[in-house]
This record gives sequence, C-alpha cells and structure tokens, in this order.
Amino acid sequence: MTITLSHYLVLAAALFVIGLVGVFIRRNAITILMCIELMLNAVNLTFIAFASHMNAVDGLIFVFFVITVAAAEVAVGLAIVIALFRNRDTVNLDELNLMRW
Amino acid sequence: MFTAFVFYLFAAVALAGALFVVLQRNPVYSALALILTLFAVSGLFFLLNTPFIGILQILVYAGAIMVLYLFVIMLLNLSREESILRAHRLQRVVGTLLGGLLLVVVAAVAIRQAGPGAPGSVPGAAPGTAEAVGRALFSDFLFPFEMASILLLAAIVGAIVMAKEDLR
Amino acid sequence: MAAFLITAFIKIFIVFNLILLTAAYLTWLERKLIARLQVRLGPNRVGPFGLLQPIADAIKLFCKEDILPARANRFVYTLAPMVSLIPAVVAFAVIPFGDSVQVLGYKVDLVITDVNIGVLYVLAITSLGVYGLVLAGWASNSKYALLGALRASAQMISYELSLGLSVIGVLILAGSLSLVDIVRAQERVWFILLQPLGFLIFLTCGVAETNRAPFDLPEAETELVAGFHVEYSSMKFAMFFMAEYVNMVTVSAMAATLFLGGWHGPLLPPVAWFMLKVFAFLFLFIWMRATLPRLRYDQLMRFGWKVLLPLALLNILVTGLVVGLQA
Repeated sequence: MTITLSHYLVLAAALFVIGLVGVFIRRNAITILMCIELMLNAVNLTFIAFASHMNAVDGLIFVFFVITVAAAEVAVGLAIVIALFRNRDTVNLDELNLMRW
Repeated sequence: MFTAFVFYLFAAVALAGALFVVLQRNPVYSALALILTLFAVSGLFFLLNTPFIGILQILVYAGAIMVLYLFVIMLLNLSREESILRAHRLQRVVGTLLGGLLLVVVAAVAIRQAGPGAPGSVPGAAPGTAEAVGRALFSDFLFPFEMASILLLAAIVGAIVMAKEDLR
Repeated sequence: MAAFLITAFIKIFIVFNLILLTAAYLTWLERKLIARLQVRLGPNRVGPFGLLQPIADAIKLFCKEDILPARANRFVYTLAPMVSLIPAVVAFAVIPFGDSVQVLGYKVDLVITDVNIGVLYVLAITSLGVYGLVLAGWASNSKYALLGALRASAQMISYELSLGLSVIGVLILAGSLSLVDIVRAQERVWFILLQPLGFLIFLTCGVAETNRAPFDLPEAETELVAGFHVEYSSMKFAMFFMAEYVNMVTVSAMAATLFLGGWHGPLLPPVAWFMLKVFAFLFLFIWMRATLPRLRYDQLMRFGWKVLLPLALLNILVTGLVVGLQA
C-alpha cells in the first residue's frame, strides 16, 4: 500500500475544513485565530505535497511566504485582541459588535 | 509500508489535534492541541522529503508563534471556560454542514483528479534542501522576498501601535 | 541497516547517560566553584571532596513528597517538567563530539546523526524549552509562578532572535548548516577569531536562553521566590533543575562547535579537546553567576532589542560584505 498524492490532499482538506468549521462555530477571538493557523497549515501541506510530487521548489517558496504572512498575521491579530480586551473586557466576538465605543 | 505507517500516524495525530483545537473550551488546551498538530504536519513535511520546511515549521510556528498565543492567553487570563453553546445553534449546524460539504467536494476532486503517482516519486535531486530553497528565494523570488520583509516591518509597527496603552 | 541501528542505539545510550551524569555533577561543580569564589568550602561531607553530594541530592529528591497545589491544573502541571527536560536532551542528537574513528573495522562518526540542517534543528529544539516554563507557571495557579512564566516567555522570544542571527555569520563562513561541516571548516582558523562579535552575542543570548544569572529573571529568587517552579517539589522540581543544567551543557557545546572549532586542537585526542572546551564554557557560566548582579526587567528587554539585535544585524552585514568582496 503506497501513500499517494491524494492521501495528502485529502488530509489537508480535512484539516482545512476543521479549521473552517472552527471559525464558524467558535466565538473566542483567540481560538478563531488558532483555527486560521490550522487552515494555513492545511494549505502548506497541500503546497508541499504538490512540490514533492512535481519535484519543484516553487511550492516550498510559497510555504515560506505563507509562514511569513502567518507570523505577521499573528503579531497584528494578537495586538488587536489585546487592544479589544483592554477596551471591552471580552474577546467574545458576538459581544464586539460596535466599531467604536 | 513503513512510509504508510508513519503517514497514518502523523495524519491521525494531526486530525485529532485539529479536532481538539476546535472542540476544546479552554484556550490553553486549544493552543496545546494546535502545537501537537503543527508537529504532526512538520513530521509529514519530513516524510515528503522537505526537511528544511519541516524544521522551519517547528522553529517559527511551534517555537515562536504558539508561544506568543500562550503569552497572550495568560496575559489576559482567558483560560476560564468558554461555553461552546454560546454560539447560535443554527450557526453551528449550518457551519458544520457547509464544512462537511466542502470536505466531500474537495476530497472527491483530490481523489479523482490527482492520479495515482506517489509524492516524491520523481527520481532526481531532492527539492527540499535549504540550499535549493535559498537559491530560488534569492534569485527568482527576490522581489516577493523583499515585499515579505516590508510586510513584516508593517506588522511590527502595526502591532506596537495597536497594543500600546497610551499612544498620545 | 542493522549495523546502523545498533551503532545509533549505542551512541544514543552513551550520549544520554553522559549528559545526565554531566548535568548531575555540574551541580557539584557549581556549588564547589561558587563556594571557592565566595571564600567558602562548599560541599565536603558526602564522600571525598563532597563528590557523592549529587547522588545524595538525587536520593533526597526521589524521596520527597510530590505536592500538587490546590486548584492546579493536574495534566499541564505534570506535563510541564517533561516538556522542559526532553528538548534539552534531544538537542544533542546533532552535536559532533569528535571526528570519525575506526572501531572494530567500522567507521563510526562521533555524532549521533549528522543532518544537513543541524544548526536549524538545534535552534528549533531549544526554542521549545520555553513551553515547559510557560506551562509550569500557568498550571501552578500561583501569582509568582505566572509572573515568572510571563517573564520567561518574553525573555526567551526576545533573545532567541539575536541568538539565531548571531549564528548566521558562522553559517556564511562555513557555507553549510551541518554542524560537522562547520567544525571541518574550522580546521585552520577557529571562527571566534573571524566572528568575535558574533561569539559575544551568541554567548550573551545563550546565557539568557538558559535563564542563568545575570539573566535569571524568570526565577529571580529574591523577588519572585523561585519564579515558574515555586510550587514544584520532588522529581518534578528535579526535572526542571536537570533541564537548566542540560541546557547549559547544550549552549556550551554549541558555542564550542560553532566558534571554538569543536574537536580541533593539537596533541590531545579530539574528544578530549571538545570536552575541554565545553567545560571551559561551563566554568564561565558559573563564574558569571558568582560575579554579575541580576539585571532589571526593563534593562533586560532594552538590552536585547536595542543593543544585541542591531549588533547581530551589523555582524551579518559586515560578514556578508567581507565574504562577498573576497569572492
């Protein structure tokens, strides 16, 4: 039994969907950010699987940039969460329904 | 055979961790589960013959990004239990259904279209070395690389402005 | 395949025991040296020169009651010491102890495994150690522990950056990420002579990464009682203790490998040279603890971000320019 490209793609799809559902059903801002990380990782897995399949380096470069963007996203995202928590004392997204306070 | 065993092991750990991230009420546990998933995915990168990206994943994600998450969770003391039922019931049901639908569609396409070839089946130079990535990064992808550094700079400035208490 | 597995297991077994033994006797060495530096005698009751003291300490720690604080998170509380100790030990997998030797007709490399991304591996693995501290502080359900954990995570993230950047100069000169290749590249000139600034930055960040004085704010005993491990007792405490000393050995071994030419040296056998260099660094660690006062928290952060980081970048720039102009 060999592991084909499809195995990796299905696994990545499953991870992506779990992250997506997490964004849908969770209300905690931090957890939602973590679910986004999950989705980014699923995409990385797809890129790497294809890069390895086609023996091309381009996929790796994409993953490199995705990781960079993820780092930037986390820095800004968590700063926003901290600012929100300071102003409203909650990170529940349903309670954060005003743009200004 | 060995490859298959390792693949299924890592896949199972990654999926279990991912489910834990979503279903766990305590953000600290969610973060720990996410770290587990990241390690499993990193293991898959090693299995796909790209050790450089695999180690990068551990170095950046597990070593820095997740520490930052834990730091913020502790700083804001968010570890009290959040009820998952607080989300609207309809939202949960529809969200899960739509997610399941997407999974079915993507999986069907992946199985039908990707064909039988095993990853890394092409003989020749392994693409995943640090040298190969570096060469590509500093020749063909030099401009995106510089853009990424500007993005990081913008993120640093943005994060400081956002999180600083008294800017005025 | 079988021969490879057997040699790998033997090497792992030897290195693992050697590290734990070194860590145990490092506590003896530290107590003895600090005592001497403070004009005391140090442990001298248990065995000759107090040499059995670490064993007595180990027995004592085994027999102590294992306390779980009220309202502590049991799972994370138990997990934290392991998360602290395991990465510290695992980092040794890629550090070369000596050149390859002939044993019973086999060619044996004196390194558990030589991977082509060795430097990144060590950086990645050692960066995981911070989880042990952070989780311990959080799970203990104690203010002091939590404060220690917050300090630890901020400090380790800040100094990891400069630590990684300080190594890049060496990587440019050696042209490889493999630690064996880096040592081979120092056959003629040790990199400490070509990278003095990088070496100093690496050493400073290494001390900060291991949470040793003068950067021991996460466990500052005079203000935070003992920081992240206040609530720990018995073997769990011992594991944190071991982790700290194993980390010291790791940083020393990395410094010796990256900057002091690893196993290279005249007359003595390669392994002896490596050990000698590692112990020189360990002595420096202990000496620093006896000499330097602890920094204040804001001084620590300012030093890391405003002094070490720009210096590390400058070092990369200059090294890159020189190497580029020569090529």
